[in-house]
Amino acid sequence: MTDSDEAVVQLQGIGKVFGRGDQVATVALEGIDLDIRSGEFVSLIGPSGCGKSTLLRIIGDLITPSSGAVIVNGKPADRARRDRDYGMVFQAPVLFDWRTVEDNVKLPLEIQGASAAKRTARAKEMLDLVELGDFLGHYPYQLSGGMQQRVAIARALAFEPEILLMDEPFGALDEMTRERMNSEVLRIWERTGTTVVFVTHSIPEAVFLSSRVVVMSARPGRITKVIDVDLPRPRNEDTRETRRYFELVTEVREALRRKDGGDDEAADAGLGGLGSVDRTTAEGAVG
Amino acid sequence: MSVAAGRIASQGSARGSRGDRGRRSARWIRNLRFYLPALIVFVGGLVLWEAFVSVANIRAFIFPKPSAILAALQANWGEGRFALAPSAQATLIEALGGLAIGTVAGLIVAFATARWVSARAALLPLAVAANAIPIVAFAPLMNNWFGVLNPLSKMMMAAILVFFPVMANVTRGLVQVEPAALELMRSYAATEWTILRKVRIPNALPFFFTALRLGATLSLIGAIVGEYFGGASLVLGRIIVQSASALRFDITWAAIVLGAATGIVFYFVIVLVERAVIPWHGSLRSSDS
Repeated sequence: MTDSDEAVVQLQGIGKVFGRGDQVATVALEGIDLDIRSGEFVSLIGPSGCGKSTLLRIIGDLITPSSGAVIVNGKPADRARRDRDYGMVFQAPVLFDWRTVEDNVKLPLEIQGASAAKRTARAKEMLDLVELGDFLGHYPYQLSGGMQQRVAIARALAFEPEILLMDEPFGALDEMTRERMNSEVLRIWERTGTTVVFVTHSIPEAVFLSSRVVVMSARPGRITKVIDVDLPRPRNEDTRETRRYFELVTEVREALRRKDGGDDEAADAGLGGLGSVDRTTAEGAVG
Repeated sequence: MSVAAGRIASQGSARGSRGDRGRRSARWIRNLRFYLPALIVFVGGLVLWEAFVSVANIRAFIFPKPSAILAALQANWGEGRFALAPSAQATLIEALGGLAIGTVAGLIVAFATARWVSARAALLPLAVAANAIPIVAFAPLMNNWFGVLNPLSKMMMAAILVFFPVMANVTRGLVQVEPAALELMRSYAATEWTILRKVRIPNALPFFFTALRLGATLSLIGAIVGEYFGGASLVLGRIIVQSASALRFDITWAAIVLGAATGIVFYFVIVLVERAVIPWHGSLRSSDS
């Protein structure tokens, strides 16, 4: 890619093999090349077991790749993590029961060593951003699932990370809440300009949110297609009813199906996730 | 230890219900309503007991009436050969000492096993095996080692009983942290020390209090059983043994009742501390409703 200079995240030949013993070795990812530019919203979509969550964790240096290089802001991923370039949001909100909403958002700032005044100010600002400014003193159990996830987003943004990594953040929410949260994330993204990498298994969600949708296939996890989403911004609920939106949804769906069909159907039916043992590829990638 | 595991499990499932921390008066009425059936059964039981013993004409020697036990409590409260109040105090001090020693030892081992996987692999199976031993059988040995008249021998008995639930529960609390929480901390580039302080220890607190509540009961058992095998005369265990051999079963019963009351108060003090320290925890929220 010509503009790789301004890429915030560069993935070069990323491969990941889980389990070294040849009985259990599974190729989770193979030959992943991807550049993510500053301020982009990139979704990773694919069937279960395509390694999209693994790829996200490799970008965030929570998992070390078996091969290839991850360059973030021009430095290795582990350096970027130690520089606190990442904000993470998981499928579960992972709020700490013993901390109030405000104190949960302050947590990364505490670890970073920010002053008390800055922590208070940032927490308030971030919680206002996710429209939970009135819930500072509440405990997580007093909030709904959607609200908890908004707290998690506020927390992830608290120290102004360059990159926001989101792993199926709305996967556990009902459809209506999910759509509302999608609009919310777009609003926040437009206001903060943060680069977002977003893992999802929802096609409408990926199309609605993203600048680019990266379609992946399973066993081994590969990028099969990258689709530019040229829907105009700002996007809102009406966007979901435009013709172009439906065309793009169809395009993503077909890209997913084509690759799925190409795989061994029997293996697909029998093995849902990373349980697949592809011995030849596994050995090839290890060696 | 299986009791501890059960309690942990029930705490886990109790999570999620929404208690409201509303007005105190409303809570008071709810609490009263919650405890009222138990209170009625308790008082009713005493009345039935009293009536049954009178009607069936059972001799006080076999089964004294509640009123006779109460009278024995009053008559032997502050002084005499079977002075109950100072004895209960002495036994409580032994139990408290044992609880402190056992808790500290349990915490030290728990932190070591949580920190070093090798320590966990070496110690946990041993601890489980050791817990299967009927520990009260060690009481004569403790008296021998630490001196039969020395309260420390009773404290050590209590401490051994307290040690195992504290160690097992706290280890579990320190180790069983949501994997995503650890990933989150890793994404913040948090040190192990920070993770310990900000995640593992708070996570272990409910487990710790579960162990302490067990420990309150166990430490009294340990102290009294230790006393059975000899020691200073003004302790509950000695009074139970001596009064029984003197056929003063009303006093034996009075000592048992006082021991039970001490245990219940001890337990609830720890529950109160727990509520103050971890008000966010699920088991406490759900107990409101």
